[in-house]
Amino acid sequence: MNAAPELWSITAFGEWGGRPELRMIKVSKLVKNFGSRAAVRDVSFEVNPGEVLGFLGPNGAGKTTTMRMITGYLTPSSGRAWIQGFDVAEKPVEARRHLGYLPENAPSYGDMTVEEFLSFAAAMRGFAGKEARQRIGETLERCILTSVRHQPIETLSKGYRQRTCFAQAILHDPPVLILDEPTEGLDPNQKFVVRNMIRDMAKNKVIVFSTHILEEVEAICTRAIIISAGQVVADSTPAELRKQGSLDQVFRWLTTSADIGGSAR
Amino acid sequence: MSSPVCTILKREWKAYFNSPVAYVFIVIFLALAGFFTFNVSRFYEAGQASLDRFFFWHPWIYLILVPAVAMRLWAEERRTGTLELLLTFPVTTAQAIAGKFLAAWLFVLLALALTFPVVATAFYLGSPDPGPIITGYIGSALLAGAYLAVGSLTSALTRNQVISFIIAAVIGLFLLLAGFPPVTDFLYQVAPAWVVETVAGFSFSAHFEQMQRGVLDLRDILYFASAMAFMLLATHVTLDNRRTK
Repeated sequence: MNAAPELWSITAFGEWGGRPELRMIKVSKLVKNFGSRAAVRDVSFEVNPGEVLGFLGPNGAGKTTTMRMITGYLTPSSGRAWIQGFDVAEKPVEARRHLGYLPENAPSYGDMTVEEFLSFAAAMRGFAGKEARQRIGETLERCILTSVRHQPIETLSKGYRQRTCFAQAILHDPPVLILDEPTEGLDPNQKFVVRNMIRDMAKNKVIVFSTHILEEVEAICTRAIIISAGQVVADSTPAELRKQGSLDQVFRWLTTSADIGGSAR
Repeated sequence: MSSPVCTILKREWKAYFNSPVAYVFIVIFLALAGFFTFNVSRFYEAGQASLDRFFFWHPWIYLILVPAVAMRLWAEERRTGTLELLLTFPVTTAQAIAGKFLAAWLFVLLALALTFPVVATAFYLGSPDPGPIITGYIGSALLAGAYLAVGSLTSALTRNQVISFIIAAVIGLFLLLAGFPPVTDFLYQVAPAWVVETVAGFSFSAHFEQMQRGVLDLRDILYFASAMAFMLLATHVTLDNRRTK
């Protein structure tokens, strides 16, 4: 492995004791400028095995931009990101092999059926034949998509489309999951389903998901980072934040003071 | 074996046939090719067993139809947000470009192959020299590839398919007319000869004409190959720029 050695030492020696580099995200001093506007300024954090990190912040705070830099879709103006010890800029293909990603608005190819879409994702991940079929079958079941597997995605409702894109992200059982607003636009039942899926997978993955629904953070996160105007303003556990007042109050207090410099995306 | 290039190629190929684009393109292509060859160029009346009159129209038909095939390549993915999905799979940008381009090219080649009745007609009525027919088809295939590569670039430049179509058609028109005798004759009157010849050297026309005559020159093949490579490389740079801004 050519993982950066300094990453290993800081990992908790839990379930993955001997090979701590297997479950990791590290972000170091990420900066992104769009023209003269700073969307993300100096964001650094690490996510360790078993952690579910809630990425919180008002709209336009830089959540999506940060996630896009971690996945390598956007190139940072400066700073670096690692997935499983692979530098996203230098070894993008290796890094992404270990990554499952649900982009904002859960895009998918509308002209394909759910099953065709997942077959495409499986082939892109290098699965073929029996193994691919088995994984697709399991994932369909897990995401409660079996009943619509033969329907074109464009004919499905928002909740199904969201889960179809979600299915693509977990199909290859990646150690690292990045989910950009996985429950956005879903009805309460669908939100419940997605939250349960995240909680189920939390034990043996690193999960980062963004949201602006605060009770979601309390329900499933082991850790919360609040980002405002491109900067990390809090990095703590939901319980710890709770001590300073209701999560609502803390969020408002932390993000309105810095909001003067922030703007809509 | 399923490399990412193959996987993307198959998906794109299916996407053409999942929408009316494929059928509309093939029908219009064949109808136009037939109309120009038989009605405008008077293939029967000319009494010559050669396909000159058939290949002559290809650059003009491609000029309008090929940008329509290429315009969705990247613009559509950007509009629907799937580009983010595609480029965060474990593939390189080059693999994605290759897969998409090859799918579009194979699709146009399918339409080109379906013109075989014209060849059959020529052989039924006379005994044409097969050499120029073979090189004509090779030239036409390369020409279509070059147009497509232009379309790939313009599609990467914008999320609006109409704009992509128009810019691709205008660049195609320029590359066609730069070596078109009526245009070059005019240019000789207003510009120094070396300027006109340099510009004409970039044109599709002369290279394709050679092949219609049955001359398979390595330089012409290299010309089309490098035109495609350049446009696809520019597509790569454009897609990378979007990420850096």
